[in-house]
Amino acid sequence: MYKYDQYDQAMVDARVAQFRDQVQRRVEGHITEDQFKPIRLQNGLYLQLHAYMLRVAIPYGTLNSRQMRMLGDIADKYDRGYGHFTTRQNIQYNWIKLAEAPDILADLATVEMHAIQTSGNCIRNISADHYAGAAADEIVDPRPYAELLRQWSSFHPEFLALPRKFKICVIASQTDRAAMKLHDIGIRLVKNDAGEIGAAFYVGGGMGRTPMIAPCIREFVPIDQLVTYSEACLRVYNRYGRRDNKFKARIKILVHELGKEEYTRQVEEEFAHLQTLNIEPPLAELERIKAHFTDPPFDAGASDELDLSDPDFALWVERNCHAHKQPGYISATVSLKPVGGIPGDASADQIRLMADLARDYSFDECRVTHAQNIVYPHVRKADLYALWQKLDEANLGIANLDRIGDIIACPGLDYCSLANARSIPVAQKISENFATREEEIGELKLKISGCINACGHHHAGHIGILGVDRKGVENYQLLLGGCEGDDTSLGQITGPGFDEDGIVGAVEKATDVYLANRQGGERFLDTYRRIGMAPFKEALYAPKNEIKGEPANG
Amino acid sequence: MKILTGNDLKSGAVVWWDGSGWSLHVEDAVDAGDQADTILAVEQAAQRVNAAYAIDGERTADGVRPAHIKERIRAVGPTVRMDLALKPADADAGNWVI
Repeated sequence: MYKYDQYDQAMVDARVAQFRDQVQRRVEGHITEDQFKPIRLQNGLYLQLHAYMLRVAIPYGTLNSRQMRMLGDIADKYDRGYGHFTTRQNIQYNWIKLAEAPDILADLATVEMHAIQTSGNCIRNISADHYAGAAADEIVDPRPYAELLRQWSSFHPEFLALPRKFKICVIASQTDRAAMKLHDIGIRLVKNDAGEIGAAFYVGGGMGRTPMIAPCIREFVPIDQLVTYSEACLRVYNRYGRRDNKFKARIKILVHELGKEEYTRQVEEEFAHLQTLNIEPPLAELERIKAHFTDPPFDAGASDELDLSDPDFALWVERNCHAHKQPGYISATVSLKPVGGIPGDASADQIRLMADLARDYSFDECRVTHAQNIVYPHVRKADLYALWQKLDEANLGIANLDRIGDIIACPGLDYCSLANARSIPVAQKISENFATREEEIGELKLKISGCINACGHHHAGHIGILGVDRKGVENYQLLLGGCEGDDTSLGQITGPGFDEDGIVGAVEKATDVYLANRQGGERFLDTYRRIGMAPFKEALYAPKNEIKGEPANG
Repeated sequence: MKILTGNDLKSGAVVWWDGSGWSLHVEDAVDAGDQADTILAVEQAAQRVNAAYAIDGERTADGVRPAHIKERIRAVGPTVRMDLALKPADADAGNWVI
């Protein structure tokens, strides 16, 4: 885990004091809302449907138990006893009082956390693979590089007023578990033929109203040029991004309009210029950061044996656990998607329990995933059953990772002032409806957004749902075929939308088409890619239609 | 009818113009009619309300109801956490929202 140095702590403490003064002046009427709004947003404080909402940054989703416990305590002390883990690996609180916001930031600062750059047209919290440092398939832990970029991007004076918000993701394995190609900049750490570490840059991806998959603009940037190349990418965007039209202001539009070749040419030109300015931090700084991310003291003799005689535990291991690089260890995911629950929500007590279990079972560490779940990265297999039992007692032992019940959903119209339709009730109905069919259906990633801004990643769902406002009534469009992994693809809209109950039935019809056509061990996505949209449309829109399909062969 | 809504500066709570001040309860909302813009300008200048605006509403036998679903949800609370609504003890409080 990275530990703040005196500069990190001084910056965060100074910001708390600054914001406390700004809030006081706002409450006393010395500054107007128009003057105050950009200030509060720079500190993660939104005004949502029912109250102020505070978004707290969790860099690359990594937390120690002290930090996690603080998140639970804040939920109790300042909010209404719960928090919402987001698709940016952050946490949000929904019922914040303005006058108490500086106290929350002060509490966060005591555990090396803040809410800086969780809003506004700046470089946001940097996300990463939630199995970083644990996955057997990664070439290196991506978090030191994400931390280097966090330090570079925090308060970067040139990039605090970008044309639009900017999201960076860092991974270090061929398997993409972080939707890397759907970021403004996606970085995959790679090795060249000489065995040197470098970075492949994917630029211009994103979801929102104009979803795009980022093209690779350079396959190998030497690691001692990581910051310089990132700066070049940002500089070209900052210079030419569309400030005249908010809806065309993201870098994906610039890359698309210029074309990958021309954007890349400009970046390379800027990169050559920046190299003459010697802006790259010395490699010693990267080494200093890396020292914070060394492996925990694994037990070299830990057994790989697992007693799977408890069928519920066995199912959880099968679905929710992931191979670890260290023999005798495993990564375990806590699903925050109980049947009929609110995706990503956790009570203060649950958050504190998850903190205690991170301390006791995972070398004091846990992660927030972009799928709104929590990961214990380093669990000794011999301790896994005890961990699961404690989770299960708190309704946190649900075995549904990457199943249809493991739904990503934004807060939607129940909380969000931008939303057009509610997401959570749809998620709850689908979760309840399919609770007994998860084994039959297998892997199926379903994602719901309550508006075109796509915080619920609907474009990347095997099944995606987009809530829209149709003359004041909630309506839901269905998308099929999205994927956020190595073979990233964007979902396609099936046709006319459905009402709240109708969309649940539509999902049922889509899964029935899949089951009727599934071959071998195909996932929903595989079958969709093989048979295309037509059979799904036919089932969804033809009246009284039977589900047609080829005989399944097992 | 035109009703006025905004947020309380300190708590962020949803508030409704009741003719002389700002109430937490939508049933207290009054028709601002053609005075909506004037009232909003005065109230915001005096910083008695935050981020206020006028919306369409209707006075029914059961009380004032905002026309749009977003405003009805604002009036009651999140439909998925009625225990956090303004009147959590009233099981019927949110029946008119959706």
